[in-house]
Amino acid sequence: MSNFSVGFRSLQSVNVLDLKGELDAHTASELEAAIKKCQDDSIYQIVVNGANLNYISSAGLGVFMAYIEDLRSKGGDIKIAALQPKVFNVFDLLGFPMLFDIVDTEEEAIEKFDAQQTAE
Amino acid sequence: MASSTYKLTIPSSTRYLEDVRRFIETHTVEAGFNTQSVEQFKVAVDEACTNVIKHAYSGEDSHELNIKVIVDSDRFTVCIRDKGVAFRPKEYNEPDIFELAKRRQAGGFGVHIMRRLMDHVEYSSQGKVNEVRLTKYLNSHVKNGR
Repeated sequence: MSNFSVGFRSLQSVNVLDLKGELDAHTASELEAAIKKCQDDSIYQIVVNGANLNYISSAGLGVFMAYIEDLRSKGGDIKIAALQPKVFNVFDLLGFPMLFDIVDTEEEAIEKFDAQQTAE
Repeated sequence: MASSTYKLTIPSSTRYLEDVRRFIETHTVEAGFNTQSVEQFKVAVDEACTNVIKHAYSGEDSHELNIKVIVDSDRFTVCIRDKGVAFRPKEYNEPDIFELAKRRQAGGFGVHIMRRLMDHVEYSSQGKVNEVRLTKYLNSHVKNGR
């Protein structure tokens, strides 16, 4: 049985994905399915809450890489929040903070979306 | 101190990566590595095994990976052996995440991660057997100044 799960929460136009467990080459397809589902529902503003994500390998990072441009081209984004330091370290190794908004809290991530919409 | 060796064999399927990480965690903790180094070993060995499963064996789950941990007085080495298609490190280009994102590419940075996290990464092939050796030296990574 996989020790990874994705929970969905809808907050107005933003979808929050609660990641739990360990994200590796075996479980990455579950994250991919979750992001695809958001796209299918025409929700392009995604906040990933990593508070309960205990592990990530490059296969997990790859899912974010594969979808970020499509979401941004639709006016959306993936903002990543509340990562544990050991998980953030893996994002940081590849320079992900240059490509993604990675913030301390879910509230901050949602505020960034709100600020973007106000500016538009 | 004589070296100690521990072995784990898994089928070539990503469903066993979790078992590999538990195995690595057990032995790196036992060797006295700090929490950060334990995590680094788990990620680096996971990346090496994932590459073997996906590339050397093209995702076929009917093969095996042999993982061996060697604990010496000054270093901790993990050897991963397979009998699939050999990896050619000279043909590997360092990833550019902006370029990969543009191409919607989901992979290609496992080797980069291994090299960043380990003190030494070495690939070799003898006959049909390929091996990657991941090494970290104990001096700068142990807790309690062991």
